[in-house]
Amino acid sequence: MKNILLKLYGWLDERVQFEDLVKFLSKKYVPVHRHSVWYYFGGVSVFLFIIQVFTGILLLFYYKGSADLAYESIQFIMSQVQFGWLIRSIHAWSANLFIFSLFIHMFSVYFEKAYRKPREMTWLSGVIMFFLALFFGFSGYLLPWNQLAFFATKVGTDIAGAIPLVGEPIKIFLRGGSDVNGATLSRFFGFHVALLPGIFTILLGIHLILVQRQGMSEPLETEKSKKPLKKMPFFPNFFLRDLLLWLLVLNLLAVLAVFFPAELGLKADLFGSAPAGIKPEWYFLFMFQTLKYFPSHIFFFEGEVVGILLFGIAGLLWLLVPFWDRKSSRGERNLKINYMGLFAVIFIILLTSLGWLS
Amino acid sequence: MEISDLQNKKTNRRSFLKILGITGITAFSVSVLYPVFSFLRPPRQREVEVSSVSAGKIEDLKKENYKIVRFGNEPVIVIPADDKFIALSARCTHLDCTVQYLKDKNVIWCACHNGKYDLTGRNISGPPPRPLTKYKTIIKGDELLIAKNT
Repeated sequence: MKNILLKLYGWLDERVQFEDLVKFLSKKYVPVHRHSVWYYFGGVSVFLFIIQVFTGILLLFYYKGSADLAYESIQFIMSQVQFGWLIRSIHAWSANLFIFSLFIHMFSVYFEKAYRKPREMTWLSGVIMFFLALFFGFSGYLLPWNQLAFFATKVGTDIAGAIPLVGEPIKIFLRGGSDVNGATLSRFFGFHVALLPGIFTILLGIHLILVQRQGMSEPLETEKSKKPLKKMPFFPNFFLRDLLLWLLVLNLLAVLAVFFPAELGLKADLFGSAPAGIKPEWYFLFMFQTLKYFPSHIFFFEGEVVGILLFGIAGLLWLLVPFWDRKSSRGERNLKINYMGLFAVIFIILLTSLGWLS
Repeated sequence: MEISDLQNKKTNRRSFLKILGITGITAFSVSVLYPVFSFLRPPRQREVEVSSVSAGKIEDLKKENYKIVRFGNEPVIVIPADDKFIALSARCTHLDCTVQYLKDKNVIWCACHNGKYDLTGRNISGPPPRPLTKYKTIIKGDELLIAKNT
C-alpha cells in the first residue's frame, strides 16, 4: 500500500514538481507565548466555512428558490428528507458560530495589532471577508421566506436605501424592484449560493497565502525583546492541535443542532403586519438597537440616516486601521487603539444585551 | 531619411497603436459592461393603476381591531373608529415595516423599531420621520371602499 502511494507521488512529482510547494507549505512556525490561544480562531473559522459549503451544497439538492416554493421546500427538508432537519440545523448553527468565530479572530488580531506592517493586506482581506460573512448571513436568512426574514430584509434593504445619493439604486438592485417580493428572493438566492461563495473563496485564498508567506505575527513586546521566541512547527504540531479543536467544534455543532434545531416560523405574508418582538439575527442586534435610540430627526437629517452614516464611518475606520495606526507599524505601543477596541467591544456587548432583553 | 525621422516615425506608430489599443479595450469593456449593468436593473413592471379597492363588508370590518388591505402594491391599514373608518398607508415611514393597530393603547404601532402614530397618522413617538399617508374611505352600500386622497 505504502509503496503504491509512494509510486503515485513519484509519478506526480515527476510531472508537476511538488518539491517547491511542499517547501512553501512546511516552512511556517507558530510562535508560542501567553496569547497563543487566539491563533486557533482563524483555523476554526476556516473549518466552519468548509462546513457551510458542504451543508449548503446538500441543501441545494432540495431547496427551491422562489416565493411560492421556498417555504414549502424547507418544510419538506425538515419533515420528509432523511436527516434534512440535521443538515439544515447544522447549516444554521454553523453560520452563527462562523460569525462568532470571525468576531473573536478579528478582535484578537486587532488587539495584538497583528495588522501592522507588513500585514496590512491580510487585515484588509480579512475584514472584507467579515463584511461578506455578514452579507452571507443576511442573504441566507431570507431564503426560508418566513415572516421574520421578510421584515428583516425589508428593514435591512431600506437601511441601504437611506444612504445619501447611492442608496436608492442600491436598494433597487438588492430588492430587484422597489419592494421586497419574489424578485428579492431570487436575487438573494443568487448572492448566497453563487456570488458570495465565489468572492469569498478567492479572498480566503489570498488571505491564507499571505499568512503562509509572511508567517504568523508575533506580539509587539516579544518582537522587540532580544530573547529568541519559542516556536512550534505549524505542521504537524499546530495542525494536530487545530484538528482536535475542530473535532470539538463539530461536537458542539451536533449538540446545538440536535437540541435546538433551526425553526421555520410562519410563511411570509406580503400584506401582514410586522409581528411583535421582531428582532434581527444577534450579529445585527447592536446596530438595530442603536437605531432604536436615534430620534426621528437630528438637526435637519433623519435620525436613521445619521445612524447609518456613523456606522458606515466606524466600519471604514475599522477597515483602514493599519493605515492610520502608524505607531504600531513602527513597533511602538499605541494605547489609543486598545481603548478604541475596548470601547467597540463594550458597545457591541452592551447594545446586543439590551436588544436581547427588550 | 534621417535617423531622428525614423525614430519619430516609430514613436508615432507606437503612440498610434497605444491609442488604438486603449480605445479598443475601452470600447470592448463598455460593450460588455453596459448589457450586464442593464440586465441587473430590474425592468419596470407595469403597476396596476388602482383608483379604489374594496376593504370588505362593513359589519365584518367592525368586528376586527384592524385589517390590512392590499391597494395595488401598497398595504393599507383600515381601522374602525366609532361609526366611521380610518384608512392609512400601513408602510412605516421609518424602515418600511408594516404597522399594526393596538386597540388598548389607541395607537398605530410598528413592531420593528417601536415607532408610534396616532389615528390621524401623525408620527408621535419613536424613530418614524414622517406621518403615514392618508387614504379616503367611502361607504357604498354595505361595503367599504378605500381610495387615494387626491
